[in-house]
Amino acid sequence: MKRSVPLLITALGGFILIIAYFIPAAQGWGEVAAIWFDILASIAFILGGGNLIKIHLKKISDKSAGWAYSAITLAAFLITLIVGLGKVGINPNPKYPEYALSGHYREIGSPFWWLYEYAFKPLTATMFAMLAFYISSAAFRAFRAKNLEAILLLGTAFIILLGRTFTGVYLTAWLPDWMSGLKLENLTVVIMSVFNTAGNRGIMIGIALGVASTSLKVLLGVDRSYLGSGDD
Amino acid sequence: MYEFLKDLDKRWIFLLMFLSVTIPIYIIAKTGKSFPEVPSVLSEAVFQAVEDLDEGDPVLLSFDFDPASEGELGPMATAFVRHCAEKKVKMYFMALWPVGPQMIDDAIAKVIHSDFPTLVYGEDYVNLGFKPGNEGVIKVIVTDMRELYTTDDIGDNIDEIPMMKDIESVQDFDLLINISAGYAGTKEWVQYGSTPYPDKIKIVAGCTGVQAPLLYPYIPNQLSGLLGAIKGAAEYEKLVIDKYGGDDPDPKYLEAKRRMGPQLVAHLLIILLIILANYIYFVERRKEVSV
Amino acid sequence: MRPNIASIFFLTFTLFCKSSLLNGQENSFPNPPSQITASDHPWDHGEKIDLNWILSADDQISVKIYSIYKSVDSDPDSFIFIGNVNPGVFSLTVEKLDRKESYFFKVIAVDEQGNASVPIVTLSAISPTREWFDGGRFPLFIITIIFCGSVIYWIYRARSGLPLQIRKIAGLEAVDEAVGRATEMGRSILFIPGIQDMNEIQTIAGLTVLSRVAKIAAEYGAKVEVPTSRSLVMTAARETVQAAFLTAGRPESYNQDLVYYVTDEQFGYVAYVQGMMVREKPAACFYMGAFFAESLILAETGNTIGAIQVAGTAMPAQLPFFVAACDYTLIGEEFFAASAYLSGEPDQLGSLKGQDIGKIIVAAGIIIGVTFLTLGTVAGPETSIGSAFMAAAEYLKSVILT
Repeated sequence: MKRSVPLLITALGGFILIIAYFIPAAQGWGEVAAIWFDILASIAFILGGGNLIKIHLKKISDKSAGWAYSAITLAAFLITLIVGLGKVGINPNPKYPEYALSGHYREIGSPFWWLYEYAFKPLTATMFAMLAFYISSAAFRAFRAKNLEAILLLGTAFIILLGRTFTGVYLTAWLPDWMSGLKLENLTVVIMSVFNTAGNRGIMIGIALGVASTSLKVLLGVDRSYLGSGDD
Repeated sequence: MYEFLKDLDKRWIFLLMFLSVTIPIYIIAKTGKSFPEVPSVLSEAVFQAVEDLDEGDPVLLSFDFDPASEGELGPMATAFVRHCAEKKVKMYFMALWPVGPQMIDDAIAKVIHSDFPTLVYGEDYVNLGFKPGNEGVIKVIVTDMRELYTTDDIGDNIDEIPMMKDIESVQDFDLLINISAGYAGTKEWVQYGSTPYPDKIKIVAGCTGVQAPLLYPYIPNQLSGLLGAIKGAAEYEKLVIDKYGGDDPDPKYLEAKRRMGPQLVAHLLIILLIILANYIYFVERRKEVSV
Repeated sequence: MRPNIASIFFLTFTLFCKSSLLNGQENSFPNPPSQITASDHPWDHGEKIDLNWILSADDQISVKIYSIYKSVDSDPDSFIFIGNVNPGVFSLTVEKLDRKESYFFKVIAVDEQGNASVPIVTLSAISPTREWFDGGRFPLFIITIIFCGSVIYWIYRARSGLPLQIRKIAGLEAVDEAVGRATEMGRSILFIPGIQDMNEIQTIAGLTVLSRVAKIAAEYGAKVEVPTSRSLVMTAARETVQAAFLTAGRPESYNQDLVYYVTDEQFGYVAYVQGMMVREKPAACFYMGAFFAESLILAETGNTIGAIQVAGTAMPAQLPFFVAACDYTLIGEEFFAASAYLSGEPDQLGSLKGQDIGKIIVAAGIIIGVTFLTLGTVAGPETSIGSAFMAAAEYLKSVILT
């Protein structure tokens, strides 16, 4: 029973939406279902927030490895939540001065703006920037000219790396016009738009069929492992 | 050398990458010089799509990125807003990412408030803000804008905004400019915007480097032009500056071109690292054969 | 030679006549089109009307365009311009109409000088009607029926005992090895089900792999830790892990606190997981689901701590990073085949066979389209056979596949 009901809802919902795609009067149902999902996911956020508090409080009380980070996480979570929801330090909208919470949450100079500008923004940018370091270490470790395919991959990587900067232009500027197709910046475009596109299309078609087949398995109840196991 | 490289600590590589980025940033900041750019066909297509607009044409700018990717996408956002402002088109900003509105604020402050102060909010540009729902938002607004957007970002009734008068749906815009760092972004705009309405919705986009290869299959029918990462932004910047920049363009409009310097050195470093790694590999293989 | 008086008279008369004709044309109006009819566009959403008219008598002479207008009443001043069509065109499908309204239409022929003919107006108002089936999607409907039918058929055949085989997928073979290694080393297993929510099919595919990983871990007595970046994924992953422990006969070993929510924010989540990896040094890391820029950060950190790493994703942009940094990577459809591969159930293997039919349809479509275009180009688009091939390719692309 615990799994039969979700399976029934999945099957009914899925097949109705597939059929609705072909019926003009029902074509908006997909969007309605998407809105339902958004509402559910938003409510589930409370569950996530509660879990976050519980897990980190436990880590702090157990003094487990890295408990200080848990304390920082909890402090950051609560401060942002209170400052954001309470619109702390935000002036009312001039049009509705009688309503204290009518101001805009992104008001420049407000505590929430400050948190965004001086904490969230630099921290996320830092995490993203770390990719540059990881790409360099992955390149040092992973690229080996082990066989013909690997050599082709290496050659293509060099062309793209050079062709995406001024080095490509500089290195092959001497080529005459009738050989301009061999200039690195032009080779880069050809590789990206012809070879890369062809390969990507192949992968995308495979993925699309895999998505369709997996969805069908889920709708038919053939694949129930995401609900725990194949047994009911 | 082999012995040193064989067990090379990753932190040396990280240090080299750090230097290969910071030194060019310092030199370029000191000298003010950057490498020349040769615009590609795709950047020219983006530039031309904006150039083809007439004064007063409505343009939708969807800023679907966040501070993490601001380094890569911010300069093209600046260039797009500058180009649109120079063309005197009506700009409608929106975002599918929760922090997109902050990116819009930055671009408006950097370009419109400082260099085009005569543009009036509500008449020349409007910020419609963020709506949750990812591609669900696109699916709705391609046929009915007001079903989701009843107010602008600051809460003003959309029907009281003069420039919203003639806008019913995304199909009413003459061009859609999307700046995307991932999901939801250009792919979703193409799938649910220009694909079902090929004659009504024209899209040009700017995206992160990692996304660009995935968007090539949509060019040119579903996507009219594409700026791939900072390189695409630098090319577009050059086109905009060449036409509208004047003799001494503001450095904020040359940001992407400046960032191409560190990119060049970083690319060369990666090539060097790959060559060194293969040197180690071949030395090891020779040793194995000789044993 | 003296000019002939008669011929001069004739020439003068002809010039006079031509000049009168030209003057006359400047002030005349083109003949109007005639017999305009409006009918509902078949098999649509109720927003299109088909217009037809008989061309103006001056169609190939002086008409430059036909202008089409619509109105919700017959008042001549209330008509709104819709668009223009070229001479020779005698039909138009008017779009974006409201099926709750009734419309009149009028067509006017306009010449080079901008002179407009007398308008012709539809005799009665017409409303677009919405049909029960979207005819534009009929080809897609047929393809859907064939694809779904083939999946269901092969599931049925597999249930009937038809032996089906699947090629070896190294990444999935490695699941047992990775869990076993973590157990031997007495360290935990980290499982990341991507950073998308439950409406992403990759997350569901990731949880099917989690089911298997958790079951083996339960059997071996190893610890599986699942930090999630979505609340709903946390709930679903708890169900999955709990059921897996139950199936393995170790329900008492299940600890729901090991499946927990971190944050929806992409890089906040990455920062947490990265820190956790460095502190706890899991022996095996699984990345199964939808990933974005965090893929390389996670996989490189896992590589640094010496974990055995298996990744699976259908995000083409992240595949190169996983391939570079992980020991095994499930590429695209391999990832979706994981559930069938790991369970070995005939039903699931049958669905993979059905998927192959989809591949045959796609391959056939590509080959037919490419052949038509190639033959059309070789024969030359200006020849009748060449244009027929081009038209067939266009029909395939614009009608059947749209």
